[in-house]
Amino acid sequence: MDTFLHQLLSGLANGGIYASIGLALVMIFQATHHINFAQGEQAMFSAYIALTLIQAGVPYWAAFLIALAFAFIAGVAIERVVVRQFDNAPVLAVVVVFLGMLFIINSLAGWLFTYNVQAFPSPFPVGLGSKFLSAHEIGMIGVTLVTLAVVYAFFRFTPLGLAMRAAAQNPEASRLVGIRVGWMLALGWGLAGAIGAVAAIMAAPIVYIEPNMMAGILLYGFAAALLGGINNPWGAAVGGFIVGVAENLAGAYVVGTELKLSVALVIIIVVLVTKPAGLFGRTVVTRV
Amino acid sequence: MTVRTEPVMAAALPKAWSAWQATGVVALLVIAVIVPFAVSSFHLLQLTMVVIYAIALLGLNILTGYNGQISLGHGAFYAVGAYTMAILIERAGMPYWSIVPVAGIVCFIVGFLFGLPALRLEGHYLALSTFALAVATPQLLKFHALEKWTGGVQGTFVPGFAAPLGLPLAWDQWLYLFSLGIAAALFFFAWNLLRGSTGIAITAIRDHPIAAKTMGINISLYKLLTFGVSAMYTGIAGALGALVAQFVSPDSFTIFLSLSLLVGAVIGGVASIFGAIFGALFIQFVPNFADQISKAVTWAVYGLFMITFMYLMPNGIAGFLKVIGERLRRRRNS
Repeated sequence: MDTFLHQLLSGLANGGIYASIGLALVMIFQATHHINFAQGEQAMFSAYIALTLIQAGVPYWAAFLIALAFAFIAGVAIERVVVRQFDNAPVLAVVVVFLGMLFIINSLAGWLFTYNVQAFPSPFPVGLGSKFLSAHEIGMIGVTLVTLAVVYAFFRFTPLGLAMRAAAQNPEASRLVGIRVGWMLALGWGLAGAIGAVAAIMAAPIVYIEPNMMAGILLYGFAAALLGGINNPWGAAVGGFIVGVAENLAGAYVVGTELKLSVALVIIIVVLVTKPAGLFGRTVVTRV
Repeated sequence: MTVRTEPVMAAALPKAWSAWQATGVVALLVIAVIVPFAVSSFHLLQLTMVVIYAIALLGLNILTGYNGQISLGHGAFYAVGAYTMAILIERAGMPYWSIVPVAGIVCFIVGFLFGLPALRLEGHYLALSTFALAVATPQLLKFHALEKWTGGVQGTFVPGFAAPLGLPLAWDQWLYLFSLGIAAALFFFAWNLLRGSTGIAITAIRDHPIAAKTMGINISLYKLLTFGVSAMYTGIAGALGALVAQFVSPDSFTIFLSLSLLVGAVIGGVASIFGAIFGALFIQFVPNFADQISKAVTWAVYGLFMITFMYLMPNGIAGFLKVIGERLRRRRNS
């Protein structure tokens, strides 16, 4: 029973990471109908920024915030400089552009920070841990919940959040009422970058930091986004926690660790085949 | 009404060749046959890979370009083809040339089966599920219950052979010509398939599924068959690739292979048979070129090339050439 609880809870902790990545993906998908394959690499790069600052003696939480600011600015810059050039390009061309960015960021990180696997510090005191969860896992759940709450509050209660939602939902009408849709998109990219950075910084002490650390996590993020419904950000967050628990339990009791990634594949296919809109998504009806 | 829509359909399909186009293709083939006697064995290896990638990209192009189903997981079918070759040579002792069609059939079946859930997925959803397939492929190949056949993490060696009929050729020269022959046959088959009524059905499903359905096209059947044929092409390429590499292991078939295939298909030009050749040249030679520019950030340079190509030619190299060709023709006519 104890092992089961342990697996369940640490699944929730991992789920928080998938939830954040899923949320970042859904935010960009809602606004642009593109899937950002470079999301994981952007997050990884920001985690390296945090690590470099910490190693230079900057206090953990200051480094954390600077890395988030960096991720935000980088996200905005990517949208402004690269992505918007491809507004009218075919879908496949955009996919290739995202893959190109994935290669670029990954290679730059390997060059600047080496491909060596490095340890990443955890800010949470060991005393916080319990029988079922390590201190870092508890802290990770806390940070994820705070992030989700902040993002929710931002979109729900601030005029800027409202403008961003409007721009994503109906760009033409938003433009007519004076919202600068282009900038709202860029802000959305920045925000998604920052949320991804939180996920990577929280994941790094567990999976260790290296340029390819996010490949698996990104896949679970996709699974989370699809499970929750790709047009529902909060669904993606819930989906993340479900995927985390499912992955951990399946890894412990069903397929063993060596096939863990295949669990994501199975989740994605089962969800898409049985309930394509996801658990909380709305079904898109196309008019003929 | 029909007159208005016809050119759109026709433009997407390969047409009968004009005299100079046919001459061009024959000339290309003649040069391709002479090449193995003129270059070093390293360059020959690269060119063999170009031929093999061209087959794989053509397969992906039939699915993604003509049928509109995006696949980020074709590396998985390539892997199945490669493993079929390795296992049947090593464990069953079959001659390599007889395994090529077997690999094709195996991959056709695997593709057909993967196409079943894919039937319900469109656009991004299909892209994501095939992406997941590609990420999971190495893990599935390492799976210990299959280790008896696959060789597990270590992989399996694939032996080289002598050229048949006592031809005075080295194995790598023969392998190049063997691949080239198969590629020529498969390109002809694809051209023939796509210009006929099957091709019209396949592209109609991409352009307007509902209209296609009302015309009496069995959408599910055609999509499944397209998935199967596409996987068959890529699987045959994988089987040949295993002969070239003389080795298969799970880590040769990572997500990177699948992504490269998609990059090649898109940069070469989707919905174009010759696009596959341009794409194959791109994914074989541009990484080398990027490596010469900078050893430290090779893949960043490669990524920059990808983005630049897409910026300058959003419809790929073949699409770009087509626009140029049409402009020239219009200028000549006016």
